[in-house]
This record gives sequence, C-alpha cells and structure tokens, in this order.
Amino acid sequence: MKKAMALRQIFVAATLTAGVLGGAHAQDASADAIAKYREMLADGNPAELFEMKGEELWKQKRGPKKASLEQCDLGKGPGVIDGALLELPKYFADTGRIQDLETRLITCMETLQGFNGEELLNTSYGKDESKNMIALVTYIATASKGKRFNVSQAHEQERNMYEVGKRLFFMRSGPHDFSCATCHGQDGKRIRLQDLPNLTTNPGDGVGFAAWPAYRVSNGQLWTMQKRLNDCYRQQRFPEPKFGSDATLALSIYMGVNAKGAESAIPALKR
Amino acid sequence: MADPMRIRAALAGDETTVRVLMAHIMEPGTRKDAAGALIPAHFIQDVEATSNGKSVLKAMFSGSVSQNPFLSFKFKGGAKGDKVVVKWSDNKGDSRSDEATIG
Repeated sequence: MKKAMALRQIFVAATLTAGVLGGAHAQDASADAIAKYREMLADGNPAELFEMKGEELWKQKRGPKKASLEQCDLGKGPGVIDGALLELPKYFADTGRIQDLETRLITCMETLQGFNGEELLNTSYGKDESKNMIALVTYIATASKGKRFNVSQAHEQERNMYEVGKRLFFMRSGPHDFSCATCHGQDGKRIRLQDLPNLTTNPGDGVGFAAWPAYRVSNGQLWTMQKRLNDCYRQQRFPEPKFGSDATLALSIYMGVNAKGAESAIPALKR
Repeated sequence: MADPMRIRAALAGDETTVRVLMAHIMEPGTRKDAAGALIPAHFIQDVEATSNGKSVLKAMFSGSVSQNPFLSFKFKGGAKGDKVVVKWSDNKGDSRSDEATIG
C-alpha cells in the first residue's frame, strides 16, 4: 500500500515533467520512471525471502509421512529443480495428465509427504499450507532464472491443451464481453501506464509468461502463474477458475509454448 | 518464530555495504478489515546491526515502514571475513537475529 502510494507519486512527478515536453513524450518518460523505480527495488526483491523459506521447506521433513520433497520429480527426474520450470506445464505419465509447477508440487506433497491433495487445491491462496506452497514454487522457479523456456508439445494431450488454451484465450464472454486477447492480443498496448505484453507470440525475454511467479509490491504478495491467471479472469469479470483447473493449465501451455526461447526473469518484481 | 532475514555484506575500499531484507508483516495498526474492525499493529520497532560485536547501526522502525522491509547501509572499519549480525524486535515481543560474513 505504502509503496503503491510512493509509486503513484513517481507517476505524477514523471507525468508533470513530461507534460511540458509534449504529449507523445509523456508516455515514454513515465515508462522510464517506472523502469527506474523497478531497478531501484530489484536490489532488494522480497521474493528472495520466499525463495529462502522455500529452500528450507524443500529439505524439511514434513507432513503425515514425515518426508522431505527432495525426491519430488518435477519432470526432470527425482529431486531435479534446475530448469524444471522451463518445461512446465507438461504431461506426466504417472498421474496421466497435464500438470504445471503448482499442481505437480501438490502431487509430490500428497505422494511423498502424505498431505491431502484435494485439501491443498482448495486452500485459499496465501492461507495456511498455501503459504508454504508459494514459497516452494518460488524456490523451484528461481532455479531456472536466466534460462530459456521450452514447453513441450510432444504428447498428444499437450497439443490438445495448446488448442484448448488458444480458444480460451480468444473466447469473448462475461459482462464486459472480454477475452484475454482483448488486452494481450496486439503489440504496443497498455492499460494506464502498464505495458501489456502480446501473448499470442513470444513477447520477449522476462515478460509475460517468463515473469511469473513475481513479487507484487502493491500488496506485498508473491503471485504464482495460477494466481495471476485467476486474477486475469477476475478482472474480466468471469467466474474465477478453480486453482489448478484444466482451463488455467491450457492457458499456461498456450502462453508457455508461445514464449519458447524467452529468458526467465523469475522471480520478477511487479508494481 | 519469525522467518529468516536475508543479509548480504560486501566490502568495497574501506566501506562495507550491508543489505538486509527482513520478513515481516509490518501492520501499521490503522487499517481496518472487511468487517470494519481495526487490525492490531504489528511492526518491527528496534533494529540493531553489529560487526564483530561492535554496534554499527541502530534504528527505530514504525508502522509506516513497508511490509518485508529492505534496509541498506554502509559503515567503515569492516574487514573481509568479519561477521555482521542484524537483530530486530517487534512490538509483540518477537525478535529475530541473523548473520552474514563480509565478502
């Protein structure tokens, strides 16, 4: 909240200076000011706190089975977290379905540690065990920082999910008759002063799919991709999708495949 | 117990730069919840940093400091390999101490 106000002041200052110089210039100057603000904050990205906590949790023996997650297979073999995020979501043969980092982690917590997976899926975001999951996701995702995305299309289910994701992306509905593509279907668009990435193609390094999970300064929360998608739907006034639902996985695959080759900036720092 | 801090300390010339990230909710005590009830204040009050047992920084925080605060400061007289210890205590009596080695 407090930082959000500070940011607003920066916006105002930047807009006032730029206003004198001319209209077209105003947008660039404001965007520059935001970039500068982000740079200042990046030195102390609080996502690191989540990462540290996640690392501890990863090794800690927890749950009814008193086991750690160190044998969790995130797609690159048991216990391998390096680069795991870059290939997710993908099809897992043992569960027989597409899973992203969050849902796969829940599978591990269920099979290795004995947690109730259904309960974990239904825990409200940021409450109780969900808090730990966010930290774990941050820890695992950070191990892929600076590397390039390569979401698979090898399995039939992965290709089907891509098609479903694409259709969902362009599906207009809700009281505003919005689709994801309304905001994220063209280059060079923005909402107020926020640049909007075009997610129908590769939007570039460290933006869009390659920027989540991220720490949000305005509310002091760490948002995973699941939460980000959920909020996109809320903003469109759609019914919010369930955590880990097929719709969110399909959209993730669609964005992930489109972002092939983009460099991960995770954990990013957002307004 | 509170979550750990992240502390980095680096020597450049004769100055040591210490960067600390603290994990804390920093509730100011002025906000209200959805039901209109005041959310009780919960924030870090005292911060102290020591290097080799010598105090190098003392700070008083209040509810106006952001959630998960970031603190960066410089001091002279540090040497590579020295320990920097940062300790905070909050208004509910909770405290946390973590350390880092100057690199």
